[in-house]
Amino acid sequence: MLIKRYLPPIALAACAFLLPPILAAAKASFLLTQLTMSAYYVLASLGLCALMGYAGQISMGQAAFFAIGGYASSFISTRNLVAVASFPAVRFLDALGLLTRGTDSYGAALLSPSPWIACLCAVLLAVLVAAVIGTPVLRLKGHYLAMATLGFGLVIEKIVRGTKALGGADGISNVPAFDIFPGLAVTGGRAARAANFTISWLVLALGLLALVNLVGSRAGRALRALHDGEEAAGAMGVDTASYKLKVFVLGAVYAAVAGVLLTHYNGSIGPGEANVMKSVRYVAIVAVGGMANLTGTLVAGLILNFLSLRGVFGRYDDAVFGIILILVMMLAPEARALGLGAKAALAALPRRRGGSG
Amino acid sequence: MRIGRIAKAAAFCALALSCLSSAFAAPAGTADPIKIGAIFGVTGPAAYLGAPEDKTARMVVDDINKSGGILGRQVQLIVKDSGASAEKAISFAKQLIEEDNVVAIIGPTTSGESMAIKDICQKAGMPLLSCASAETITNPVAKYVFKVPPKDNYIAEWLYQTMNKMGISKIGVIAANTGFGNGGKAQLEKYASKYGITIAISEVYDAAATDLTALLTKVNAAGVQAVVNWSIEPAQAIVAKNMRQLKMTQQLFQSHGFANIKYVEAAGEAAEGIIFPCARLIIADQLSDSNPQKKLLMKYNSDYKAMFKEDASTFGGHAFDALNILKAAIESAKSTDADKIVAAIEGIKNFSGTGGVFSFSGDDHNGLQMDGIVMVTVKKGKFVPYTGK
Amino acid sequence: MQSSLFVQYLVSGLIYGSIYAAVAIGFNIIYNATGIINFAQGEFAMLGGMISSTLAGILPLALAVLAAVALTALVGAALERVFLRKVARGGVLKMVITTIGLSIVIREAALLVWGEGVRTLPFFTGNEVSSVSFLGANFSPQVFWVVGITALVVAGLTAFFRFTLIGKAMRGCSANRDGASLCGIDPGRTVTIAFGLSAAIGAVAGCIVAPLTQTHYAIGTGLAIKGFTVAAFGGLGNSVAAVVAGLFLGMLESFSIIVVPEAYKDVVTICVLLAVLFVKPSGLFGSRAVGALKDY
Repeated sequence: MLIKRYLPPIALAACAFLLPPILAAAKASFLLTQLTMSAYYVLASLGLCALMGYAGQISMGQAAFFAIGGYASSFISTRNLVAVASFPAVRFLDALGLLTRGTDSYGAALLSPSPWIACLCAVLLAVLVAAVIGTPVLRLKGHYLAMATLGFGLVIEKIVRGTKALGGADGISNVPAFDIFPGLAVTGGRAARAANFTISWLVLALGLLALVNLVGSRAGRALRALHDGEEAAGAMGVDTASYKLKVFVLGAVYAAVAGVLLTHYNGSIGPGEANVMKSVRYVAIVAVGGMANLTGTLVAGLILNFLSLRGVFGRYDDAVFGIILILVMMLAPEARALGLGAKAALAALPRRRGGSG
Repeated sequence: MRIGRIAKAAAFCALALSCLSSAFAAPAGTADPIKIGAIFGVTGPAAYLGAPEDKTARMVVDDINKSGGILGRQVQLIVKDSGASAEKAISFAKQLIEEDNVVAIIGPTTSGESMAIKDICQKAGMPLLSCASAETITNPVAKYVFKVPPKDNYIAEWLYQTMNKMGISKIGVIAANTGFGNGGKAQLEKYASKYGITIAISEVYDAAATDLTALLTKVNAAGVQAVVNWSIEPAQAIVAKNMRQLKMTQQLFQSHGFANIKYVEAAGEAAEGIIFPCARLIIADQLSDSNPQKKLLMKYNSDYKAMFKEDASTFGGHAFDALNILKAAIESAKSTDADKIVAAIEGIKNFSGTGGVFSFSGDDHNGLQMDGIVMVTVKKGKFVPYTGK
Repeated sequence: MQSSLFVQYLVSGLIYGSIYAAVAIGFNIIYNATGIINFAQGEFAMLGGMISSTLAGILPLALAVLAAVALTALVGAALERVFLRKVARGGVLKMVITTIGLSIVIREAALLVWGEGVRTLPFFTGNEVSSVSFLGANFSPQVFWVVGITALVVAGLTAFFRFTLIGKAMRGCSANRDGASLCGIDPGRTVTIAFGLSAAIGAVAGCIVAPLTQTHYAIGTGLAIKGFTVAAFGGLGNSVAAVVAGLFLGMLESFSIIVVPEAYKDVVTICVLLAVLFVKPSGLFGSRAVGALKDY
């Protein structure tokens, strides 16, 4: 039983190391690019799965947290402090080893905050925003919650698209590599393809592991109680508001980390990452996976993102996700169906099975 | 959880199959074709630009192949539709470089995508001929990166030169909140003082805005003599119509985004008298026969119209120029080696294209001068050169 | 501010406000009949504009508009029948997601059929440069059509729900579905009619503003968001409140341009939406019960 639960993260970790040599042997190492990018998008979907599937709160704003993570990290790590290198604050940061030196592609000197600092700040920012927005938003239900999170996503998109300091419609480019430790960096260069694939799938495995543990824990049971009936859960002593907020923030952290890492891998980010359609895709992937099914989200996300990034859907990319949403909603049996309809169906089953036709 | 396991197994099978199929996919064709990659935003928010670029590229490659190809080899064009999405552009660029092993990449359509892949192409040593106009694409110059559209500041300076001749000194600038609009607005603001123009009011609006009467009321109230609108459709037509509905009599200038007769039709009567700068393509039939560009512009116009049943636009012209410049470079270098192609492009001088006459160099990876642009106006629903009368 | 300038901003606000109110009314009709919010509402407005612009080349304008409205109504009814009915028992989350999926598919289908180009509809009276003057402000005569037809729609709907059998049946269904079916009202058919009616109103809104705003395949999403903001602001289910809220929001957007750059106009709208949702989800004129959304 225990092994079964941990099989997916273990399998992911295994693939993280085994796939590169396999693909190299098949002369298909170029697939690592799309597999790496997909992993980061799936990370964001996993965070959403915890929120939507287990805590039962719909969020149409997951892409906003992805963008907050990516933009904050890229903004901070592309600040060139060479001009203000003599300021005490800058020298202090330098002494702490928080600044990196380098040269840009044209030979000019660079002195920038290290990507570790940028990443930390980005995640903290996402936590802050999620806590501030989550408190009033999570008091809403159903369409209201969907619309409020949608509105939040739109505001973030308009801000990043409209702010010159964030690159406006062109976004931020020349984002430096993220040195995890000397010799290993999150970067898009061809030589680092295999290493980056391994990093991304390991991060994904860790993220999945954390959620698998959460779901199996006491907190996880409280979450499922919440999903099935909020008033009932409250009556049983579950602090519903606090749990909802915590999962909302957790989901935001997953999205932000994914945003940070993908931005450093791509070397750039644009306002398109905060788009409504991106949020819809995250929702679609969670829905296809089965709502409260982490493994399902994982598999659906990897496949759909991989195919989409390879251009397999061509011009019908958005349409495919829309159709998937509709089909899944219409066809998938709702294991967590609420209301009389489901109970009646379940009650009727044994009788039908026993019958001859 | 059973569904999860089956789905996982299916996923691995799918991945394995796709790996194997791409690994064993035999390269088609007889003599080794020259592969050229293209990333266009054929669908999505930049479709006005990307769709004509895509059509033009296919038409040009067809033409090249019919006349024997380049260096005796057929050309294989691999087009990827990025939908103007930067992360797709990145993924496709890497695919074209690592998987398809193209000799060069044409496009992308938008500046955001171009900046996203500029570094990737530079580091991979892949020649890139962008169809986007941002200043930063070729400034600072990256050895392998070129762009073919005219510089935004040429457009701005032509507008200001015309205003000087018309005696206009106080203007209002409105631009769509996109890379194109903001880039243009920045150039207008940068060069205003050089030409003695005062920008009394400068605003951005949402590109998808459906009604701009409130904004134009504000502009009108600022007492301007002319309005400059820097956007693409639908805002261009909306601005034109709204101004007439508000009974605003100021001269309306548009950007080179207006260079398509469809936009004149969309604005109907409100399009009369609009003045804007653009490449000579749309008034090709009214050029003097001695103009070096006339012949190829007329041919492009008629070929495009015959093939696609719609008028050519200057945006499609970027793909036309990119491909023809690449062809000329490969032929002059007698090789598809990246460094030789780059050196050949930098050596191109006085090459007639739709965007103007190109002369590249080590420092100039755009190759166009101010004289590639003309001022055009609308008379009785048709484009005519603006002569100042 | 001069009075003519004030009137000018007022008229702009009127244009925006009427568009939003018309879309909001569509939301309310479906909400009243089924309790769900139809995210695809904006797409009905888009379809109305696109279909009528295609037909305007073959039919006289009035017929083209009527045909477009009728066709869109059929589309709305068909969508309910084919897709939403199957999902109705799955809970609100499922229906919300389904309508989101539907709005995407409709939009992409429109892109496939009509392409990405912008389309125009002929002005109902005059043309694109006609202008009338009123109290010092200038605007297109189409504005009268927009305001007038919206008013007619509101009046017509009020009469419909109060005096006709079908209208009363719809109100009965929304108040108590089981009770209504006990009285012999077929809830399924009522819901289908609600969708058809809502789609028709959306299409009307799309057609009357298409000459001013032009139309293309992607305008639906923005309209849906604005429409929902207005509906929520006035109180879900209350169409007269939606009109008031729509006009208020339209004025706010129009006058806000004096201080806020136009590009952030949408941010103003969304912040109003968020404020409404946080402070009084039941809207300005809504009731506690509506706000609490107890039915799931």
